[in-house]
Amino acid sequence: MSSTTNPPTHHTSTIGAIGAPSRRNTELALLVFAVVIPVFAYANVGLAIDGKVPAGLLAYGLGLALLAGVAHLVVRKFAPYADPLLLPLATLLNGLGLVAIWRLDQSKLLQQIHVAGGKATNQLLYTAMGIALFVAVLILLKDHRTLQRYTYISMATALVLLLLPLVPGLGADVYGAKIWISVGSFTIQPGEFAKIVLAVFFAGYLMVKRDALALASRRFMGMYLPRGRDLGPILVVWAISILILVFETDLGTSLLFFGMFVIMLYVATERTSWIVFGLLMSAVGAVGVASFEPHIQVRVQAWLDPMHEYVLSRTPGVTGVHSDQLQQALWAFGSGGTLGTGWGQGHSELIRFAANSDFIFATFGEELGLAGVMAILLVYGLIAERGIRTALAARDPFGKLLAVGLSGGFALQVFVVAGGVMGLIPLTGMTMPFLAYGGSSVIANWALIGILIRISDTARRPAPAPAANPDAEMTQVVRPS
Amino acid sequence: MNKPLRRIAIFCGILVMALLIRDNWLQYVQADSLRTNTNNRRVAIERYATPRGDIIVDGNPITGSVEAKHGDFKYKRTYKNGAMWAPVTGYSSQAFGSTQLESIDDGILSGTDDRLFFRNTLDMITGKQKQGGNVVTTLNQAAQTAAFNGLKAQGGKGAVVALEPSTGKILALASYPSYDPSSFAGNSTDVDSKNWTKLQKSNDPADPMLNRALRETYPPGSTFKVVTAAAALENGLYTSADTATNSPLPWVMPGTTTPLKNEGNIPCKDATLRAALQYSCNSVFGKIGADLGNAKMLAEAKKFGFDSPQDTPVRAYPSVFSDKMNASQTALSSIGQFNTAATPLQMAMVASAVANDGKLMKPYMVDKLQSSNLDTVSQTQPEQLSQPLSSKNAQILQDMMKTVVEQGTGTNAKINGITVGGKTGTAQHGVANSANPYAWFISFAKLPDGSSPVAVAVVIEDNSANRDDISGGGLAAPIAKSVMQAVIQSKK
Repeated sequence: MSSTTNPPTHHTSTIGAIGAPSRRNTELALLVFAVVIPVFAYANVGLAIDGKVPAGLLAYGLGLALLAGVAHLVVRKFAPYADPLLLPLATLLNGLGLVAIWRLDQSKLLQQIHVAGGKATNQLLYTAMGIALFVAVLILLKDHRTLQRYTYISMATALVLLLLPLVPGLGADVYGAKIWISVGSFTIQPGEFAKIVLAVFFAGYLMVKRDALALASRRFMGMYLPRGRDLGPILVVWAISILILVFETDLGTSLLFFGMFVIMLYVATERTSWIVFGLLMSAVGAVGVASFEPHIQVRVQAWLDPMHEYVLSRTPGVTGVHSDQLQQALWAFGSGGTLGTGWGQGHSELIRFAANSDFIFATFGEELGLAGVMAILLVYGLIAERGIRTALAARDPFGKLLAVGLSGGFALQVFVVAGGVMGLIPLTGMTMPFLAYGGSSVIANWALIGILIRISDTARRPAPAPAANPDAEMTQVVRPS
Repeated sequence: MNKPLRRIAIFCGILVMALLIRDNWLQYVQADSLRTNTNNRRVAIERYATPRGDIIVDGNPITGSVEAKHGDFKYKRTYKNGAMWAPVTGYSSQAFGSTQLESIDDGILSGTDDRLFFRNTLDMITGKQKQGGNVVTTLNQAAQTAAFNGLKAQGGKGAVVALEPSTGKILALASYPSYDPSSFAGNSTDVDSKNWTKLQKSNDPADPMLNRALRETYPPGSTFKVVTAAAALENGLYTSADTATNSPLPWVMPGTTTPLKNEGNIPCKDATLRAALQYSCNSVFGKIGADLGNAKMLAEAKKFGFDSPQDTPVRAYPSVFSDKMNASQTALSSIGQFNTAATPLQMAMVASAVANDGKLMKPYMVDKLQSSNLDTVSQTQPEQLSQPLSSKNAQILQDMMKTVVEQGTGTNAKINGITVGGKTGTAQHGVANSANPYAWFISFAKLPDGSSPVAVAVVIEDNSANRDDISGGGLAAPIAKSVMQAVIQSKK
């Protein structure tokens, strides 16, 4: 991978890369684009809707530039060898998300149903909190291996986070999915944070157990079957995923956690059999739960025949669980066509509830068209691939596992949400990272980017001094292939 | 660990690729069908985003557009004197779709018609808002007002159609009771939907939304005798208006023992065609029908336009003259009873063909379509539909119909200084003829220079208050007269 994306003389190789460029100026240059593009988009929305440049343009532009600038300076100081793409890409998505949220704030329909109105200001605040967490991660987490110490604390934390929405009085049922908790006037999606904490736990756990899982197995029909007792962890994670599915009725969260675990298990053990097991177990779990859980059944029916679901949602007497949202989202995408209607000129407010959160991708689809959506998907793809590249470059197994878990989980989340909104897979209750309105999502994903940047800095940082034994060095070189 | 890592990288790439492929499917392959799906509200939003073009009568718009106060549909249709013009315009409602001219010429009115493409492209380049074009009708404001007010004064159900015989232009097209399409042009459930529901036939037995001028057929009664007379002349059964016909009295219908009765004691025995039409002799015209036979009567009726729909361009239902009838049924049909049924438009076409020396012009109500800057996009040319009777026979029939107005049952339609020809009709219907009969009058006017500016058909149904009074001459003829006068006045 590395040799195809970078000149072979640096990066992936480890200690030999003395004097590798830090790429901080590349990052700065890219950041300028990542700030300027959303600023233009913002102006564009104002011009399209009100015919004038929006009054908040300066404040918005300065706010975004300030946040990006702070993040960049902190990276420059505390993680000078970090991957130069991650921060600009995340900033670009976050900026565009802010624009789309502000654009939907202008919709009278969404204002009437209290979905939009002043949400962009909130989101800017959440972004600031996200950047603050990002900065805190970089300053406080000098070495990602420190996290290894918290393996079992992470497990406990993740379990608590996942179970919080089920606590009576705390959990909030939002359109059937119980993945929210409300604290005062805030609603928090703990699953977004659990995603990171779980990756830490899985990485720490698998690093210790990988040998046992990989080697102590029997060969059967060309596959290595794990021993019964080694199946324990995967069964526990599977059971928790099923519980999430049953009690929080959210297919996306369940799929994300289980998928992330299977990816990390596969990387840790290098055994394909785990993937086969993982797929089988997810299939069994999903089909099994879907056979008795009406909320999931409705989602699957809506996915198979969104038009019928649209009709049902308009039929007096059978509304309630039925929603026209998916069909509305598909119409939004279709109406956008190749080039889109342009900022502010679409009608994605017809999606109504969650138009600026779960379904915000449809707004991009309608207003930026196929071209814009493909660009955004590629940006997401780049983030995931840069994360995996960080895993490749990382020198320690914990770093590798954590990086691949976070980026794999990120990619899965994008796939599950975008695929759901575009009707490729059944709809779930998760949100597009960085684009969607919601504090939990933005804050957690900035922390995720912070950890990836920390790992990539460690991976690319030149060794403080040449190693004593040149042979030992060579054994660590990752061969470009 | 790097080998599985690379595979995971490829796996993530595949996830993104799957999304890209799906997106191309959605936004490229399926884009058009999703965008134009009728349930996709964007179609309607786009449709109501600009003011609609207008429908124009005598140079003045009878429609308009106002900006709606609520909702996401920006412009709403309004109608000036909507009830009077509803049979022409139809309606354009945000909630209930559109009909008639509003529907047929929707492309022009909403500005999406391909013929406006050049104009729209130009507007797009110059940054002007897209505007709908106009539909210029052939209607005559004064004639329509006379027709509608005449029906309204009667208070019963009825319809009036007036044509310009030489071109087929529709000058008046009125139906009563009517409805105001403005009342449900919007999209609100508490105003527009309620008004709509109230107008439905299930809630209003008078069925105000029925376009009686084009979409209701009535037994034409004695007015059909004009068609029968034309058939007699055309087929050479009789060649003159003033020679005695072979008409015994009473005349027993062939194959039956029932004599065909006349209304009262009128001189029908061996009457001339002129006298038979003047007194409206059932026995004479019934026998003509039986003598000519079903086939010849049907052929003549078809030449007048029976049995086929007329697209004006608003479609008028076909009028009926049946096939495969025996002699007595043909006899009854030939006096406008039995299965015979005609729309008011059809009977106006009969009067019009006679007035236009035998040439039947295709009736039409759209003179031209204009783009928003009043350039003509398309112009309707008058078109001859058929020639139901020769010029000579037409003049004979015109003369007979003049006698009806001057000395017969249609004297109520007389206009000073103008030659008027007409025919009354009182059609029986219902079980054992128990329901109130329909009062018909068809007529044409001839100016001193020999030209004929207008032919009219009027039908009044079910005026239960005046059961004894129902007769074409009494109820329908005065309305026909005022419509003809209005046309003549406006031509001056």
